[in-house]
Amino acid sequence: MALTLAQKITAAHSVVPADEEDAAPGRILNCRLDLVLANDITAPPAVKSFERMGADRVFDKRRVVLVMDHFVPQKDVASAEQIMLSRKFAAEQDLDCYFEGGDAGVEHALLPELGLVGPGDLVVGADSHTCTYGGIGAFATGMGSTDIAAAMALGESWFKVPESIRVSFSGRPGPHVGGKDLILWTIGEIGVDGARYKALEFDGPVIDAMPVEGRLTMANMAVEAGAKAGLFAADRSALEYCHKAGRTGDREIRPDPGAYYERHIRKDVTGMEPLVACPHLPENVKPVSELRDVTVNQVVIGSCTNGRIGDMRAAAEIFAGRRVKKGLRCIILPATPGVWKSALEEGLIAVFLDAGCIIGPPSCGPCLGGHLGILGAGERALATTNRNFRGRMGSLESEVYLANPRVAAATAITGVVTDPASL
Amino acid sequence: MRYTGQSLVVGDHIDTDAIIPAIYLVSSEPEELGRHCMDGLDPEWKKKIKPGASLLVAGRNFGCGSSREHAPVAILGAGIRVVIAHSFARIFYRNAFNTGLIPLEVGDDFAGFKEGDEIEVDMEAGKIFNKSNGKNIGFPPIPEGMRAVLDAGGLAGFVKKRLAERTR
Repeated sequence: MALTLAQKITAAHSVVPADEEDAAPGRILNCRLDLVLANDITAPPAVKSFERMGADRVFDKRRVVLVMDHFVPQKDVASAEQIMLSRKFAAEQDLDCYFEGGDAGVEHALLPELGLVGPGDLVVGADSHTCTYGGIGAFATGMGSTDIAAAMALGESWFKVPESIRVSFSGRPGPHVGGKDLILWTIGEIGVDGARYKALEFDGPVIDAMPVEGRLTMANMAVEAGAKAGLFAADRSALEYCHKAGRTGDREIRPDPGAYYERHIRKDVTGMEPLVACPHLPENVKPVSELRDVTVNQVVIGSCTNGRIGDMRAAAEIFAGRRVKKGLRCIILPATPGVWKSALEEGLIAVFLDAGCIIGPPSCGPCLGGHLGILGAGERALATTNRNFRGRMGSLESEVYLANPRVAAATAITGVVTDPASL
Repeated sequence: MRYTGQSLVVGDHIDTDAIIPAIYLVSSEPEELGRHCMDGLDPEWKKKIKPGASLLVAGRNFGCGSSREHAPVAILGAGIRVVIAHSFARIFYRNAFNTGLIPLEVGDDFAGFKEGDEIEVDMEAGKIFNKSNGKNIGFPPIPEGMRAVLDAGGLAGFVKKRLAERTR
C-alpha cells in the first residue's frame, strides 16, 4: 500500500510492528517517541501528573526537552515559581536538554536550530505549535500536559493514524509572498476546523523552491486549521538545514506515489497578494490591499511562526532607511539567541534601531498576551504570530491581525495595514 | 453513570484563550483556574454556572487553539463535568479524557439544545435526554484506544499500571 507521510512515520514508530492494514487511517497505534517536549506553562502540570502516575524516571534523559520560553524573562512571582519547579525536575531527572535564560529561545525555533529534531522523527510536545517540525519532515503534534507526562514516563504514546489532505502550490510567488501567506491561504480555504483530526501534507514546485524556514512557518500554523500535523517531504534542502544544525545520518523521506489523500487542493500562487488574517479567527483571510483603512497601534515581529533569521532579514529589508510611524510601537523579538546574534552580526539590529523599533529578548511574550507588548481596550495589533482570537494579545476589546514579516514592517512604517509593494 | 443538569450554551470555535486566558496560566490548580473559566469569552459568564448542576453545550470545534490542559481543568474547576458539542478540537478532546471532563460529540444535534434545558446524560446507554423538549440523542461509543485509559481510571492510572507491569 502506498503511504502518506503521516502514515509512513507513525507506522514506522509502532511499538508492535505495523503491517499495511495497521497504517490505515483511523487505526490506533501505540508509538515510540523520539522526543518529548514541554515549556514553562505546560511542564509544571506535567510534572505533577508524572508524580501522580508514580513515575520515577523519565524514559530517556536525552529525549525529554524542557524549554522555558513563554513567560520569560520571568514576568512575575508566579511565573518565576513555575520555572523553579521545572528547573528542579530537570535537575532531579538529569535532563540533557533543559533550556532557560540565555540558552533558551522560543521552543519551536530553538529545537530545529539546535538539531534536536529531524526528518522522520515522531515528536510530541505540550504545546499546540509542536507541529512546526513537520517543516523538516518530522511527524510532530501537540498534546496536553498529562499526555506529555505519560510520554515522559513511557517513551510511548497512542495515535490515531490520520487521513491526510494534500495541498499543492504551483506558479510564481511575488517578492513579498512567503510561507506565511501560503498557510494563511490554506486556513482561509478550509477553515479553522477544516483539517480537524487530519494531517496536512504540502508539496508542489513552490514548496520545492521554498527555504526550509518558510516550511517551518507553514507547518507551525497547520494547527490553526485544526490539523494534527503539517508535513513536508524532507528533501535535499531540508537535509542541508539539518546538517547545518549539527545533525548527521538524516535521510530523505517522501510520501509514496499513489498514496491516498482525503482531498487534494491545488493553488496557483501567481499574482497572489500577501494575505492578512483579520480578527478574531485565523480563517478570516483577506488580501492586504483590502485593509488599507485599518490603523494599527502595535506591530509584533517574532514568535515560533516568524521569528527566525529569514524573517528578520525580510523585515530589515523593508525597514532599511525608513522610520516606524510616530505613536506606533513596533516590537521585534528574535526567536532564539542564535537568531539574535546573527541579526546583530548582519547589521539587522542596527537597521531596526535606526527605524525606531523596540528589540526584545527571545520570548513568546505578547503572542499569547503574556507580557512584552500587551494591548489595551480599543487597540489594534498586526503581528507575525499565529493566533488572533479575541483577547489573545491583551484586552478583550483589542484586535489582532496576522501577516508575514514584510507586511508587518510596512505596516509599522505607515501605521495602516500596508502591502510592502506599495511603499 | 448518569449526569444531570441545566444547559449553558456557547457558540462555535470557542478557543482555549476564551476558556482560560493565558494570564491565568501561572496556576494549574482546578479551583483557581475555575474562578476564571470563560473569562476570555465574557468575565460575567461563570456567574451562570451552578456547580455540579450545569452542563456545557457548544457548537463546532470546541477548545480549538492551544494545548493548555488548563482549559478542561478550568471547566472542571468551575463545577462542570460534561461538555456536549457539535465537535471538539483534537488536543482538547484528548485533554478532556485525561483530566476527567466528559466530552460528548453529537454533530448537528447540538442545535436542539437551548440555554436552561434540563438534561440527563446516561453514559452506559450512550444517550442524552433533553427533558425540556422530550428529545433523546445518542452519542457514539468511546473510541477503543481511549477505553483502556478510562478503564484504568484516567491516564494517570493507566500509566501507573503500565509502569508496574514493566518493573515486574
